Amino acid sequence: MIDTFVIPLVKILVVLNATLVAVSYMVLLERKVIAWTQSRLGPMRVGPYGVLQPIADAIKLMIKEDITPVRADRWVFTLAPIISMVPALIVYAVIPFGPTVTIFGHAVPLYVTDINVGLLYIVSVASVGVYGIILAGYASNSKYPLLASLRASAQLISYEVAVTLTLVSVILMAGSLSMVSIVLAQEQARVWYGFVQPLAFGIFFIGSLAETNRAPFDMPEAEQELTGGFHTEYSGMRFALFFLAEYANMIVVSSVATTLFLGGWLRPFPNVAWLGVLDLIPGWIWFLVKSFVFLYIFIWVRATLPRYRYDQLMRLGWKVLIPLAILNLVATAIVKVWWLA
Amino acid sequence: MITSTHYMLLSAALFMIGVIGVMVRRNIIIIFMAIELILNAVNINLIAFSHALQNAVGQVFAIFVIAVAAAEAAVGLGIILAFYRNKETLNIDEMNLMKW
Amino acid sequence: MGEAIAFYTLAAFILGFAVLVIATKDTVHSVLFLVLDFLFVAALYVLLEAPFLAVIQVLVYAGGIVVLYLFVVMLVNLKRPPEAHQDPRRRTWLGFGLSAAILAELAAIALYSSAGAAPAGPAAALPVAGNTEQVGWLLYTRYLIPFEIASMLLLVAMIGAIVLAKREL
Repeated sequence: MIDTFVIPLVKILVVLNATLVAVSYMVLLERKVIAWTQSRLGPMRVGPYGVLQPIADAIKLMIKEDITPVRADRWVFTLAPIISMVPALIVYAVIPFGPTVTIFGHAVPLYVTDINVGLLYIVSVASVGVYGIILAGYASNSKYPLLASLRASAQLISYEVAVTLTLVSVILMAGSLSMVSIVLAQEQARVWYGFVQPLAFGIFFIGSLAETNRAPFDMPEAEQELTGGFHTEYSGMRFALFFLAEYANMIVVSSVATTLFLGGWLRPFPNVAWLGVLDLIPGWIWFLVKSFVFLYIFIWVRATLPRYRYDQLMRLGWKVLIPLAILNLVATAIVKVWWLA
Repeated sequence: MITSTHYMLLSAALFMIGVIGVMVRRNIIIIFMAIELILNAVNINLIAFSHALQNAVGQVFAIFVIAVAAAEAAVGLGIILAFYRNKETLNIDEMNLMKW
Repeated sequence: MGEAIAFYTLAAFILGFAVLVIATKDTVHSVLFLVLDFLFVAALYVLLEAPFLAVIQVLVYAGGIVVLYLFVVMLVNLKRPPEAHQDPRRRTWLGFGLSAAILAELAAIALYSSAGAAPAGPAAALPVAGNTEQVGWLLYTRYLIPFEIASMLLLVAMIGAIVLAKREL
């Protein structure tokens, strides 16, 4: 009873709440880091060093007037933020935060579930998230959101190809689609796949910047050109949902990158025996630290690099990243068949 | 107890809805979507039998059906765009230049 | 019992959304119902113990093909609805009649063919276990040539779509 119902429910609750809290504090972190990069202080008013800022933001967004444009398609307009939020959250079901641990005599795996097609599940659920963006642009019945949503969806679809191709080379290395098995395969190989697949890792990183609509690929939200992008007409909590979805997606891609390329919950250098003392730190802390580093780099890139132009973005995706990803995939397959077998 | 007959009936009903869509609607995009429904009905059948016979071949054929559906959608939507540029309409009844 | 509940719920959703797809006036709403329909079909595949197909269904249909439809619907910004000027001589009831005939035929086949026992017994055992592995193994051994032809087909379709849709090359 406890093992089949209570523990999974508790895990789902913990993961969902931790995600939402992490997302709201990501916003604060981003503002702080960008402020520090630009020699500013960032939010300082609410709480010591502004640590309560997310709560103030949430209250502000909730009590704001919620406007629906007169000519908007009401149903779709309401549905679009939900469609972009839900896939960003249900992806967490298959992300392995740590190995199986024993809590009060119950063996508890530190992931909600481990399905046989875990990685494909993540890719496919993430590909449904694009509907939120397209529909938001369409339903607003306004020209800037429409342009932004067309851009965003074209960008997402183009970069999804490159990212998925890099994932295939990782699948080839691990021989499994299950997220837990991929981490275990890295434990067995005694090396993180980021070191044996540096090209795939790089393409994955660039592609995930583009897929989460982050700078330097934040074309859909280019304020100077599109007055805010596909969520121009949204206000209050519905706008907040788009915002949360974007940050939740960032956490998803950094968790996926951690799992696939940085060894998930494994300690650094799993092949160096004298570093065994690092095993004293539990796996889920390693996982969170690695994901945090990834998220920090996301913000750092935004603070440093200027925005790409749209045609440059498309050229980079189709003429550089996809051919490189295919080459990498073919090379991986050849190495796997001729040398390792 | 759910047998493969249940799945076949579901598939037949979905197939019929698709056929009605193709026959009754005149918007060519809706007709294409109805064809997708028909292909899905076929896939349900294939996978139901794959489950009943414990044989993965049905799933392989479902993958082929999906590949063909993707090709069909790409070419078909290209034709729709080209047609729309020439005639400014999506009504399939006005696609009659090659008729006589 | 649980399977029956799951089956009937999913079947109701699949058929209901399919009817909405072909009955809705607004094309964008119709595309949305199509996505929902595909998601429920994917759930049905999970019920049939074909998780790989379920994920592929979501990835290719919901995430790929239907996005294309949505793009085209948004690109052909219609000034007049395509069905506003219906040909008065069209015989809509003929479509319903023919479809009903097809349903009767298919239902008859489904009901009568199951009376005689299906050729039971699993086919030749595959050297691998697990759904994904079995599909992959079949795809790359016994069905390698059809698989390659399918990839050729996709390539040709891709080139064809570009040639058709681009104004000048």
